[in-house]
Parts: sequence; C-alpha cells; structure tokens
Amino acid sequence: MVSPFFLLFAVFGFFPLVYTAWVSTHDWSLLAGDQGFVGLGNYRELMADGDFWNAMLNTVAMFVIATVPQLVLAMVLAQLLNSRLRGATLWRMGILLPNVTSVAAVGIIFTMMLSRDFGLFNWLLGHVGVDPIAWQDHRWSSWLAISTMVDWRWTGYNALILLAALQSVPTEIYEAARIDGAKAWRTFWSITVPMLRPTLIFVSVVATIGGTQLFTEPLLFNPGANSIGGGTTGQFQTAAMYLIQQAFTGQRFGYAATVAWVLFLFIAVFSAVNVLLLRRIRSAE
Amino acid sequence: MPPTQTQPPTRTPAPVAPSRAVAARGTDGAVAPPVSRRHTRSLRRAADRSTGATPATPLVYLTLAISVLLAAGPLYYMVVMASRPNSDITSIPPPLTPGDQLGENISRVFANQDVMFAQAMVNSVLVAGLATVSVVVLSALAGFAFAKLAFRGRNALLLIVIGTMMVPVQLGLVPLYMLMGKLGLAGTLPSALLPFLVSGFGVFMMRQYAAQAIPNELIEAARVDGASTTRIFFSIVFPILRPAAAVLGLLTFMERWNDFLWPYLTLDAEHPTVQVALSRLSGGYYTDQALVMAGTLLGTLPLVIVFIVFGRQIIGGIMQGGVKG
Repeated sequence: MVSPFFLLFAVFGFFPLVYTAWVSTHDWSLLAGDQGFVGLGNYRELMADGDFWNAMLNTVAMFVIATVPQLVLAMVLAQLLNSRLRGATLWRMGILLPNVTSVAAVGIIFTMMLSRDFGLFNWLLGHVGVDPIAWQDHRWSSWLAISTMVDWRWTGYNALILLAALQSVPTEIYEAARIDGAKAWRTFWSITVPMLRPTLIFVSVVATIGGTQLFTEPLLFNPGANSIGGGTTGQFQTAAMYLIQQAFTGQRFGYAATVAWVLFLFIAVFSAVNVLLLRRIRSAE
Repeated sequence: MPPTQTQPPTRTPAPVAPSRAVAARGTDGAVAPPVSRRHTRSLRRAADRSTGATPATPLVYLTLAISVLLAAGPLYYMVVMASRPNSDITSIPPPLTPGDQLGENISRVFANQDVMFAQAMVNSVLVAGLATVSVVVLSALAGFAFAKLAFRGRNALLLIVIGTMMVPVQLGLVPLYMLMGKLGLAGTLPSALLPFLVSGFGVFMMRQYAAQAIPNELIEAARVDGASTTRIFFSIVFPILRPAAAVLGLLTFMERWNDFLWPYLTLDAEHPTVQVALSRLSGGYYTDQALVMAGTLLGTLPLVIVFIVFGRQIIGGIMQGGVKG
C-alpha cells in the first residue's frame, strides 16, 4: 500500500538530496556535464565568494525585517480574532485573502504600487512630505519593499495558526489568573506566550525555511533582462536567486549544488538556534 | 517530498504538534471521541469556533476592519488597474476607482501571442488538477497504511517522510533539472507535474486523520468478513477519510496553481503555466500595465473563487493542521 508512494518519493524526493551532495563535489557544467571530481574545491571557493555573502546578507536581513513585525502582527491579530466575534469565519477569510494570491501576483502588484513616478506608495508618502523613493535603487528601501510583500502574504496565515493555538489554551487558566488579580499584560506573558511556545517554535522554523527560499518577489521586483541579478549591484539578490543564477546563467551546476548544501546547513543551524532561544521562554514561566 | 515543495513550506499547516494543546481541546465542547462522524463535524466546524473569553469591543472590530482593508487593498488596486486604459497608469493622482476597460484588457491578454495565456490557463488546470488527484489518492493510501497497517520499519519510514518536509526546495533543483533532461522531459508540461505527484505533508496529514478517525474494530470486522486490504481501503477507509481528503485537495490545488520557482525553471516558452506566463507578461520589453494587471487578475480569480466557496473548509484545514498536525 505504501509502495507507490515510496517509489515516487525515492525517485523525486530522496534521490535529489544525495545527488546534490554528489554534484557539489564536481566541476559540473549545465551543458558539458561532469568535468571531474574537485572534492571540497567548490566549498572553498564559495567561502571566499563575495557575491555569495552579499546574497546571504540580503537574505538574512530581509528575513529579519520581514519576520519580526510579521510575528508580532500575527500575534495581535490572533488575539483580536480570539474574542467573541460576529461573523468569525468572514473575518478569518478576510485576513487570509492575501495568502490565496500567488507569489507572482504579489510581486507584480506590489512592484506596480512601488513604481517611483506613478506608484501608489510614493503618492501616499508625498502627502506627508516624503520625496518619491526609487525603491529598487537602495539597499534599505528594496529590503523594506520586499519584506512588505512577504508580510502582506503571510501575516494572516500565521495569525490563523496562532489563533488555533490560542483556542486550545484552557479558559480555566485565564479565569484563575483573573481571580488572582493578574493584569492583561501579565496574563499574556505568563500564560499565553508559554502555552503557545510549541506553535511559536513551529511558526518561526517554517518562517526560516521560507525566508531562505525568498526568490519570486525580488525577481519580479526587478523586471527586465537581468532580473535574477537582484538590482544593479545585487542589492536585493537573495541566496536562492544566486543559486539559480550560478546554475542557469553561469551554467555551473556543481557550484550551484554547493550553494544549495551550504544553504541547507545554514537553515539547520539557524533553526536549531531558533528553537533553543524560544525554549528559554519557558524559564520566564 | 522536499526538493519539490517549491512553494515556501510556510504554506503547510504546522506539523509540530503542541501535545498539551491537543489534550486541552476538550475545553470548547466535549472531548471528541475518535469516532468518525464526530471528528468530521469538528473538522468542518473548526473555522467557526469562537471560544473567546472576552466579547469583541468596537475597537477590536475597527482594528480587524482596517486589517482586512489592508489585506484586500492591493487586490482591489489590481482590479482598478486592470479595468482602465493603459494611459491611466501614468496619471497623478493614481486612479482609485475601477474603469470600464476590463473586457478589452482581458481580450488583449488572450490575444497576446508571446505569452499564450489561454494555453497557460489550460496547462495550470492540468498540472494543478492532476497533482491534486494524485496527492490525495496516494496520501490517503500511505496515510492509512502508516496509521493502521503493521509493517516493518513503519516508524522509521514515517520519520523520513516528516523529515523531508523540513528540507528546503533548492536542494533538489539541480538534480531534478538533470533528471528531467535524462527522461527527455525538459521543458514539457509533465516535468512540472511529476515531482508533485506525492507530498510528505499530505501523507502526514492523512496519517494523523486516519489514526483518529478510523476505529480498529471496523477494519478487524471487515477482515473477519473476508475483505481484502484493497477492498477495505476503498469501501471503508476512503469514505471515512473524505473530509480530510477534501481539505488536502483544496490546499494542494492552491499550492500547485500558485507555484512559481520550479515551473519557471523547467518549462520552456511553449509550455507556460499561468504564473510563468504572468512573469513573462510583466517582464516584457514594453510595459503595458493594464495588460499585466488584467493577466494577474485572470490568474488570481480562479483561486479567489475557490476560496470564497470553500473558505470555511480551507480555514478549518489550516487551523486544524496548526493544532493537531
């Protein structure tokens, strides 16, 4: 009964993992194929590759800029949705709507709204006296713009995940806290956050994986021939974009496979640190 | 199915089960016994439960209303731009109400020879539809086996399946691309479909549901009556799994319809999906924003309709996944 699943899984799932590691130890070109074993040569080259570290910096920066406000907002929304609401389903559908929109559509719509001369954002900012911003041209502004796209799409989704966790906290605990005279803020930190810890860990690990895969939004943010480059000086090129650029524009499959494995290790370490940090929440209990 | 989940895995409902939370679910009603009908109803009603301790104040409604406006705003603006002549794109102040050119812009999208939008729509329906059927059937089979059948290495295999959900997409791009070349499928529609015929998340979700919803006695009784495992699956198990299968199908269809990275890499100019066609439309040499927005509207509309019709089930699925996973 399981065998059809595992047959397909082995071919399309597990095989690529091992094969990527194998390719990464070779000088491998897209067209010419295997050019010989180079051991850890690709890895050594990558460690000294300024463009790769630039892409890593962009990826991590956008991850932080996007994720921190996203989780705070999602938490607030979850709290609001957890009150006794008229038309609860409709409110939930409303905040989940962006998640139904495709990433490509998000990239296209926001890039239009962020246009320098005729975009909605600059027009609105003009009312408070801000001069038109060329969002693509600067590091900070492009990071902010792309993070906004990510947050618009994912905040509502995370709010629903957190809401589900909130609803599973027994109401008796809150009643007990109320009887003991705990203030709302105290209740939030001493009951809600610790009770939500497993969900928070989950949400942040998933955000880490999603953050390191950031690709479509920055790609479409930069329409034109060199969209994979992430701006004139790569100011918003992400690690995933760099990987694709190496593989397909540069035709260096071996090197691209190396980028993939280093990214994977990075995610593993980062997630572990994340989990350890969030575990500490319990000590506040 | 790690390297194939081209969509950021944020999409998949939480597989980390807060066990305390599961145990505590009884507070919003009776503790649901693992009987199928009961469970079915709880799945359907998950989106409706409002266990909030405090009644909503006007401030809560106001904040939520602003949030929903912010959520819907960009989509509204897409409609505005899709329904105006392209010359309006350069008008200051930017137009804020829909115009009357929607039909015209849409027919221009379909008339554009470079992007083959009609073909792209058909391709997306094919890829997303076939992937959905396959994921649901295979996940139900494997999920049932993991939950109810004893076989060697069951737990180890299940752990591998769960582990693959945490592996990022990029890791598989390079070998998948080579594999498609070796299979002679490079650039074709099947190359976009094949890697998504199974899903680790789907198997896990169906396993969790099957473990709770299918009483062992029912299977044993069927065995005593001489039913084969295949017969048991189709006559007993699948009907019970149907509500979870429906939710999995909805989530899978949306994920596949919206998928970008892998189709973008593997498909050639002759076989676009909607999302790939959109990126071509927006990356063209000349920028016809009205055309781009009309295309984006067309690519978004099918899922918005699905969402409006099945919103409750989709929300229920996401939230159930978040707590139970």
